[in-house]
Amino acid sequence: MLSLSVNGESHSVDVPADMPLLWVLRDVIGLMGTKFGCGIAQCGACTVHLDGQPVRACVLPVGSIGSKAITTIEAIGDTPSGQKVQQAWLDVDVVQCGYCQSGQIMSAAALLKRSPNPSDAEIDAAMSGNICRCGTYVRIRAAIKQAATGKLEILQTIVTSPEGAAS
Amino acid sequence: MKLKTGRPQTTDQIDLNRRHAIQSGGLAIAFLWLGGSGIASAAINARRQPGDAAAALADGNPAFAPNAFIRIGTDGTVRLVMPTVEMGQAIYTGSSMLLAEELGVGLDQISVEHSPPSDDLYGMPLLGGQITGGSTSTRGTWQVLREAGAVARTLLVTAAATQWHVDPSTCTVDRGMVHHIPSGRSVGFGAVASAAGQLPMPDKVQLTDPKDFKLIGKPLRRVDSADKIKGATQFGLDVRVPGMKIAVVKACPTFDGKLASVDDKAARAMPGVVDVIRIADAVAVVGDHFWAAKQGLEALVIKWDRGENANLTTQQLRDALAESALNGKSIVAREVGSRPADGKTVESVYQLPMLAHATMEPLNATIFVTSDKCEIWVGTQVPARVLDAAAKITGLSKDKIIVHNQYLGGGFGRRLETDSVEQALALAKQVSYPLKVVWTREEDIRHDRVRPMYHDRISAVLDANGRPAWYGYRTSGGTVLGRWAPMAMGKDGLDSDAVECVVEVPYEIPNLKVEWIRHDMPPGLIVGWWRGVGSTHNLFVVESFMDELAHHAGKDPLEYRRALLQKNPRTLAVLNLAAEKIGWGAQPLPARVARGIALGEPFGSRVCAIVEAEVTPQGEVRLRRAVVALDCGIGVNPSSIEAQIQGGLLFGLSAALYSEITIKDGAIEQSNFNDYRNLRINETPLIEVHRIENNEAPGGLGEVGTAIAAPALANAIFAATGVRLYKLPVDRNLLVQDANALKHVVSATAADQGRSDA
Repeated sequence: MLSLSVNGESHSVDVPADMPLLWVLRDVIGLMGTKFGCGIAQCGACTVHLDGQPVRACVLPVGSIGSKAITTIEAIGDTPSGQKVQQAWLDVDVVQCGYCQSGQIMSAAALLKRSPNPSDAEIDAAMSGNICRCGTYVRIRAAIKQAATGKLEILQTIVTSPEGAAS
Repeated sequence: MKLKTGRPQTTDQIDLNRRHAIQSGGLAIAFLWLGGSGIASAAINARRQPGDAAAALADGNPAFAPNAFIRIGTDGTVRLVMPTVEMGQAIYTGSSMLLAEELGVGLDQISVEHSPPSDDLYGMPLLGGQITGGSTSTRGTWQVLREAGAVARTLLVTAAATQWHVDPSTCTVDRGMVHHIPSGRSVGFGAVASAAGQLPMPDKVQLTDPKDFKLIGKPLRRVDSADKIKGATQFGLDVRVPGMKIAVVKACPTFDGKLASVDDKAARAMPGVVDVIRIADAVAVVGDHFWAAKQGLEALVIKWDRGENANLTTQQLRDALAESALNGKSIVAREVGSRPADGKTVESVYQLPMLAHATMEPLNATIFVTSDKCEIWVGTQVPARVLDAAAKITGLSKDKIIVHNQYLGGGFGRRLETDSVEQALALAKQVSYPLKVVWTREEDIRHDRVRPMYHDRISAVLDANGRPAWYGYRTSGGTVLGRWAPMAMGKDGLDSDAVECVVEVPYEIPNLKVEWIRHDMPPGLIVGWWRGVGSTHNLFVVESFMDELAHHAGKDPLEYRRALLQKNPRTLAVLNLAAEKIGWGAQPLPARVARGIALGEPFGSRVCAIVEAEVTPQGEVRLRRAVVALDCGIGVNPSSIEAQIQGGLLFGLSAALYSEITIKDGAIEQSNFNDYRNLRINETPLIEVHRIENNEAPGGLGEVGTAIAAPALANAIFAATGVRLYKLPVDRNLLVQDANALKHVVSATAADQGRSDA
């Protein structure tokens, strides 16, 4: 049995030590927000935080985690950077199909925690491991800047709270 | 980006029995022809249909269900059942806006639901079935969903007015309430839902004057965003059913190959492995979780019967296609006038590769088959086809089969196919527990139903001014339509998708001949719809060639196109808008930086993209900026429009820069994002979207950006390097600096002219 700290809760799991964290989260613990996209750390859909650092859960053997704190998309909104990122994602209305967005948000939240006001180059470096096939990159960049500065981005055409808008 | 409402719209009542005129284009054309040929096709209706009672009953028998889309309970909850599926294109938001506008509720007052499988209740008017594709959803439902909202509103108002003994025409509706202002009375929809549910259907309804729209035309937030940013949205792969096991599958790598034998001793001994299941062309290992199943799959010793295609290569396919292009029998799609005897002739050959879809969510299906029931959870673009497939494979009647559609983690045409669901059904019916069948990314790419390869010969005869007096187009390739909807094939077996955007071109060209040569792929190599379908392929060829003609004529590509668009004001306007916004010709650009124009009229919209790219001396391509000008008629949600154009353009640019599926020893060589590359954020330029607003009928959007991307890029690369790309994806080896090549480039600015002469 392995003991894991996931989103502040302790979980005992009976799995092989070489099993990637992704499948422990999804198929054993039942947290489905972290996504499977490639299985070889190429697309970033499975990004979670280990002690605040972004990692690709699809290639991370669960036996290597030890007592490090795992944070997933389900709880990132409880962190200051995660909350900011999720709000900016809503305000800019980044998502399309949404499948990659858990990973995008986890990468962005880690970036803002590390670098509260990132440059374009820092955004590119931190986010280039996350593929979006719908092509939401322009809005991802805008949302990260908005989360960092609080200033509305130029391309933003979203009305955030008009009468009748989705909340 | 507000809707222009200067021109008043008619406020006459809408007779619900007449037919709609719909802006066609793209895939829709084939199906309009199908309708024209007299074959009955199912389509959604604003009013209650024979199947509605059963559907509403299965849906908890809500107090008020006036049609297939609106359910209102006595507590006032409003549920909207979506006729199409959500795969990122924001159609759940757009459809909700159409319904809610007329119903009189805000998007914050509704919830959306996936529709059950039914061609009759949820058939798309442009496609004749429950199909989400071809950028048809808004075009096909713009009218009927507003009518459906108006039908519901009319009944709710009638119920309230009857209760109050007032004339219904003196009542108004707002945010889920009916009001009678003169007497100061108001009632919520829930309180009149039961009474409204007892009323007969109206024959006529009044639609809102566009100047009074509260939702349509506003950039509202998507209805699915709030869950998607929290990881709370359930995609097909996230389905969990009690007792469920997980299967990881491997199919024969070659097209049409079979499973010969499997030694599963080692796999079965592994912890967590539950079962090994075989079908004719694949084997699956079932586990307690994905990891056990995948480890088990890798421990199998599999022998394949690689079949007739065992030695197939991409080069063999290309050679055979090129031979057909030269000598194959063509079907004439359109011929106008004749080829002039005199004049300068320009001829080119363009070749396009096979492409994979690579949706972010790999294919999957969860299925529970028992002796008298089959339940399916899957994200599909064709729910009714999934139902048909399940009936065929399980032998159960359709009333014993339940299909739960899910949010799709990308579609791009891949989920218009049912092959993966059919495979999952064949596996699941062999076991006694619910089975989630998952394709690894490797399986997803190696067993894609790829976009066909094409070989196109295009030519033009120029008049004394360098304008095309005639153009000829011979496109050769496989047919998707011929397999996917054979009844929709046109006269003489013409595949209308294959010649989309070339039978009609925006330009004034007096004579033309467009031919299609059908060249089927070997058995088992099944080609499929890929975002942008025929338009994506043809616009690359036509718009690259228009650029060639401009340079042959010694004209700036913008001026050359302008001159040919004088009789096409809507498309000329998008060209002019894009040129103005990017500042075409205004400032000299650095060496090996240039802009390329492409325009077209795909999917009932008008679009012009200008891409600015830099090509390094080593031949690497960097995207610097893109401007897209769009006329899609009335826009339902400007935010979604912008997002679809940006995302669609990047999808097309990604393919043009990187993507090609190749075959060796009968199998697809690519397998994952390491060898089937995708554009990343650090390669993404700023993309501006500018819209021309008018009250024309809505055009399509989901595939428009994709269709226009590659030619704009290729034309920019030509302007930067003097190298014309006749094949995709971009071959960097051709783009290594060569000053001689630049002599052929005609540019808009004097400074650039100097560079061209260097």
